[in-house]
Amino acid sequence: MLHRYPKRVAIIMLILTALVAAFPLWGEAVFGTQANFMLEKLTLMLILALFAMSLDLLVGIVGLVSLGHALFFGLGAYTLALASPDFSPASMWWMLPLVMGVSASIGLFIGVLVIRTKGIFFIMTTLAFGQMLYYFISTSQFAGGTDGVFIMFRPSLAIGERTLVDLDNPYSFFYFCLGMLLIGYFFLRWLTRSYFGQVLDGIHDNEHRMQALGYATSGYKLIAFVIAGVMAAIAGMLAAMQYGFANPAQLGWHTSGEVLMMLILGGMGTIFGPILGAFAYEILLFIYEHATTHWPILMGLTIIAAVLVLPRGIAGLIIAPPWQRKRNNDDAPAAKKEQASEAVQSTTPRKEG
Amino acid sequence: MDLAFFSVQLLNGLQYGLLLFLIASGLTLIFGIMGIINLAHGAMYMIGAYLVYDLNLRLGNFWLAIMVAIPIAIALGLIIERLFLDTLYKRDHLYQVLLTFGLILVLNEAQRIIWGGDVHRVPVPAPFDASIQLTDNLQYSVYRLFVMGVCLALAGVIYWVIRHTKLGIIIRAGAVNRDMVEGLGINVRTLFTLIFSVGVALTAFAGMIAAPLTSIAPGMGDNILITCFVVVVIGGIGSIKGAFWGAIIIGMATTFGAVLIPSLASMVIYLIMAAVLLVKPRGLFA
Amino acid sequence: MQDKTILATHGLTRRFGGLVAVNEVDFDVASNEIHAILGPNGAGKSTLINLLSGEIPPSEGEVLYRGQSIQGKSMRQIARMGIGRSHQKTNIFPRLSCLQNCELAARIHMGGVFGSWRSRLRAHAVSERAMEMLETCRLTHRAYIPAAAMSYGEQRQLQIAMVLATAPSLMLLDEPMAGMGREETAQVTELLASLTDRYTLVLIEHDMDSVFRLADRITVMVDGSVLESGPTEQIRTSEKVRDVYLGRHDEEVTA
Repeated sequence: MLHRYPKRVAIIMLILTALVAAFPLWGEAVFGTQANFMLEKLTLMLILALFAMSLDLLVGIVGLVSLGHALFFGLGAYTLALASPDFSPASMWWMLPLVMGVSASIGLFIGVLVIRTKGIFFIMTTLAFGQMLYYFISTSQFAGGTDGVFIMFRPSLAIGERTLVDLDNPYSFFYFCLGMLLIGYFFLRWLTRSYFGQVLDGIHDNEHRMQALGYATSGYKLIAFVIAGVMAAIAGMLAAMQYGFANPAQLGWHTSGEVLMMLILGGMGTIFGPILGAFAYEILLFIYEHATTHWPILMGLTIIAAVLVLPRGIAGLIIAPPWQRKRNNDDAPAAKKEQASEAVQSTTPRKEG
Repeated sequence: MDLAFFSVQLLNGLQYGLLLFLIASGLTLIFGIMGIINLAHGAMYMIGAYLVYDLNLRLGNFWLAIMVAIPIAIALGLIIERLFLDTLYKRDHLYQVLLTFGLILVLNEAQRIIWGGDVHRVPVPAPFDASIQLTDNLQYSVYRLFVMGVCLALAGVIYWVIRHTKLGIIIRAGAVNRDMVEGLGINVRTLFTLIFSVGVALTAFAGMIAAPLTSIAPGMGDNILITCFVVVVIGGIGSIKGAFWGAIIIGMATTFGAVLIPSLASMVIYLIMAAVLLVKPRGLFA
Repeated sequence: MQDKTILATHGLTRRFGGLVAVNEVDFDVASNEIHAILGPNGAGKSTLINLLSGEIPPSEGEVLYRGQSIQGKSMRQIARMGIGRSHQKTNIFPRLSCLQNCELAARIHMGGVFGSWRSRLRAHAVSERAMEMLETCRLTHRAYIPAAAMSYGEQRQLQIAMVLATAPSLMLLDEPMAGMGREETAQVTELLASLTDRYTLVLIEHDMDSVFRLADRITVMVDGSVLESGPTEQIRTSEKVRDVYLGRHDEEVTA
């Protein structure tokens, strides 16, 4: 894919980022005493956006539908919870590398097994491995069984005695999460537009052909699987810091299903779409939970509707708004044409220079 | 472990495996022929169990309850297939996963609305509410033996249909190459509806006859779904034979795992799956 | 076997269930020749190409490339040995631009993805080579268009450009002109003719005019077996081929 989008995408995303970043300025005016609660919700949304984005690398870019991505999310959470000392805060300087190292090794191990499978098989094996870790954790004494583990102290981010970011402060933690999300976004944006990303696109379109060209496609898929896992684990670590505990539910398959929902709501394969999806999902969840105790029915119907009516998600609406599509033209060719004309525009300077 | 205890475990494992086969065969048929991954398959197992629980209370007769429940389950399968899946055949697996995941949320919550969150039991029905003396010191529930018999009979019917009927030829061809079915000049729409209804009926029926053996609780479908995924991965997608042997392996592993290595019991089946994937990434019988 | 032989098969056989698709085929290709395979539908031509490129393993017999058996090697390894192939169905990456398609093909033989990352110079060389191949295939003006937006004929040309970009010593082309109009066919024929001094081509093609114009040697297959194999002139005038194939199966050939 060309991974280039109309200008309005950048404009909308910039405005939304600015709005979110400025929440401490307008939050209290709008939500009053609820502002702190809303800040926590917003922080959670940022974390889930990072989680959903990591899955987009697998599902949207490489075309590997994983139904076990929560495994890495939970892994990050449990690594933090179990490695944290009981009576003092851990240091982020070793905690973050530890989380990344653990998730990368487990991602490599599971990846080697699941990458060999394709299509439905991949879906089922990722799901099964996710459940394997779920049962392992929820029956293990050392991990607190079904109760999970509480985290007494959030890790600190300091040089010597000087605190860089006070992660216990909800406002600085909020900005810390926003920073991680932005780093994650720009990393994936760079990755998908790189040569490596081109190969991933090629695998998505036609893996067989890539092999005939001489590419070791399994290797590329494995690297993408590990990268996505590490990013999800970082999101899981942040989530555990936010909640103050690690719980088996964080790595169960319902969580994997939910993050897939965020992906479809936001629009997959676009990297920025899943961010919107995570926000949309959490906002919908918030509304439904307040409307009825039977909110899963509403959520289920929403997702069914999204699959049937809006398969390209919110991102699809922004990239190719319905009013811009030609009449008597179904949306796939219309989108292609739009992409084509944009590609020509965006690359003409490159051609001349 | 003495011989009697071992024999009981063997029978339990066999009975569980055969039950898994009923559910997994529906799952694998739907994968193999229709190319659809149906996450809501486990929910249909749950609905089967709850239907029998409910109808048993209303009608006062377990067998009558099953007779009434089967058509209801088939009707539900028909509605789901015609209403939702129809749009998904040509689309990516991702959308099938998401739509059927949405269905799980709806069906699980509908179950809560109708039957609540309590755990229920169904009494073992007459005339099977007894134990028989297999040897001097070995007793076994007659109902479990009955369940085994029914499952084996159904497995036999499925085997016969696949080996000896025109439908079976189509199913075998379709599992290898789905485009071929369309090339054979068969009405694919009708075939898909039939396969899906049979698949749903099998899993719902498994829920019904399992009702007196398990506790009927919310979320029971989710666990069985994932176990059946493991069965299908081990056996190979689309292969009924694979589903059968996969189910027996998993049934035995679960039963003996719980007795021999309780600390790892919940992980045993996944370890087996990982081992199979290492050696045969497409399953034992693919 | 001549010294110039680059590819040879001995008793190559492939069965699908009860059906024998390729039956004891002995076949060889000399370097820098265009070797065309002719035959009616179902004669086993595509299966033969799939066997030559290692996409499917033979039931019996072997394929020797530069005297080395390709048995047991993965498609990737075979591709890296220098056998490039195109497929009968259009087989490009629709969402990538025309140039990116070509770059993907070129990069793998020029240090790979990580080579391009390490060295800007190498990355530049890849783009240059990809552009060169597009020029050879007259696609320069389409370089920045998503492949999906190109015409069918252009997509087929891109496919040839991609095979070229992998710098193969042997190209296996499965009906490069299938479904093309007269003008496009003429263009591709010309393109292929211009390649002979640098490449060895094995070509499956239905378009008789092009085959007789291009090929140095022709192998005619019927029902999985070789009917006759020899220089183009010999095949053109062969009674056997005329009777069995050109005469009787004529309608199938043009169909």
